[in-house]
Amino acid sequence: MPNEHTDKRYDEELKKLREEILYMGGLVEDQIQKAVKSLVDRDSALAEIIIERDHEVNRLDVDIDGICIKLLALHQPAAKDLRLITTGLKITTDLERIGDMAVNICERALELNQEPMLKPYIDIPRMARIAQKMIRESLDAFVREETELALKVCRDDQQVDDLNSQIFRETISFMIADPQTINRAMKISSVSKYLERIADHATNIAEMVIFMVKGKSIRHMKVLPPAV
Amino acid sequence: MNSETYVMGNTFDNAEPIAAQKVSDAPNMSELVRMRVESLSVYYGKVAAVKKVDMSIKTRKVTALIGPSGCGKSTFLRCLNRMHELTPGARVEGKVLLDEQDLYGPGMDPVDVRRRVGMVFQKPNPFPNMSVRDNVIAGFKLNGVRDRRVLDEVVEKSLRDAALWQEVKDNLQKSGASLSGGQQQRLCIARALAVNPEVLLMDEPCSALDPIATAKIEELIHELKEQVTIAIVTHNMQQAARVSDFTGFFYLGELIEYGETGKLFTTPEVRQTEDYITGRFG
Repeated sequence: MPNEHTDKRYDEELKKLREEILYMGGLVEDQIQKAVKSLVDRDSALAEIIIERDHEVNRLDVDIDGICIKLLALHQPAAKDLRLITTGLKITTDLERIGDMAVNICERALELNQEPMLKPYIDIPRMARIAQKMIRESLDAFVREETELALKVCRDDQQVDDLNSQIFRETISFMIADPQTINRAMKISSVSKYLERIADHATNIAEMVIFMVKGKSIRHMKVLPPAV
Repeated sequence: MNSETYVMGNTFDNAEPIAAQKVSDAPNMSELVRMRVESLSVYYGKVAAVKKVDMSIKTRKVTALIGPSGCGKSTFLRCLNRMHELTPGARVEGKVLLDEQDLYGPGMDPVDVRRRVGMVFQKPNPFPNMSVRDNVIAGFKLNGVRDRRVLDEVVEKSLRDAALWQEVKDNLQKSGASLSGGQQQRLCIARALAVNPEVLLMDEPCSALDPIATAKIEELIHELKEQVTIAIVTHNMQQAARVSDFTGFFYLGELIEYGETGKLFTTPEVRQTEDYITGRFG
């Protein structure tokens, strides 16, 4: 049986929706990478650029919502198409929030760059790399409709959570040892929390991909299923 | 007598089946099966139009049958009240049970079957040379009832149930053919309801109507399922999604998938269903 729509325009609009989501995902991934770079390299100019570029992420959020609403109104989608479109609506919200977190990281970077470095950043870039990879893989899973990969993203979230706890403990010990460090340590702890939230959003995307492909929801489960 | 007492069925001899249900509202009513089809095949000459279909039609639910042209859904529907045997060369195998009674069993009167299982067609077909009133009671009068008061009550009740009363009550004597298309279709529904059927079959009842008239019929279907089990064939998938509780997808004479409408339109189990409802069918 054919896998194309009888209505070619409908197919094209669905394709455009996928492409826009991917473009937004790529942009957001780059935002995080550069936000963390601006912190690690103490590059305030880069941080300013990234903050400015968040408008682009916001614009895509609005545009993609528009595409989804138009598809819903004009084509009365069903089944898989309906799940793709509703997933699109939710994914963009997560991506937009990730973009906001990148801005938050830049804001903390601008503040931290004004002060002497507390310690070299080691775990923060590690966290950022995992979180970025989770976003990329959740979107790969979206495009290729691979639930196994999506499930892997959900599992990887634990690594980011663990690193966040570790950084939290570490910053607390700095603050206890020397109250002069409280201001900086708090900010580093915040950055860690932002990255942890970013990974949570990537997990949300992966969960929605599983819903999109299988029609099954694995959200809010205490224990992840071994397979879907 | 008000219309409610009529529903309770104390007045007419032929009113018990619905009356019994209406009054004894068992908690698990949704699970009751009004019609059961077992291994039904239909042939036109040597060609099988419907192939070994099994289906349970639930009591006081709306069951929609969808599928591309020629998939056998209308043929299937017409077997549910033996309308099909009026087609020359048509042959039916298998069983159609109404309340566990085989409609094709020996001694079953097809006329009685069609009273218990009413039908509304694609094009409104009121009797053209009859008034609105006479159209409604045309079938009912065959029962031999002549009492004008009783007939008036049936006319009003049926027209009210078909959501047409307000529009025609001041001139029941005008010709049925003078009504608009949507009104004519509701008149046909009133005529079918007048004999108090257990099941109402609708074969694309809105395909000749404009969107407003369609919306009125759909609203009516929602109201009617309180008292009658409905099976509807429709080409309009959105309509199936809107009005039905259960949907069956037919393709090449087979029932490919049958289940709750909400599930079938969001997460169908079978690829062919998916392709059809998402418009990927050649």
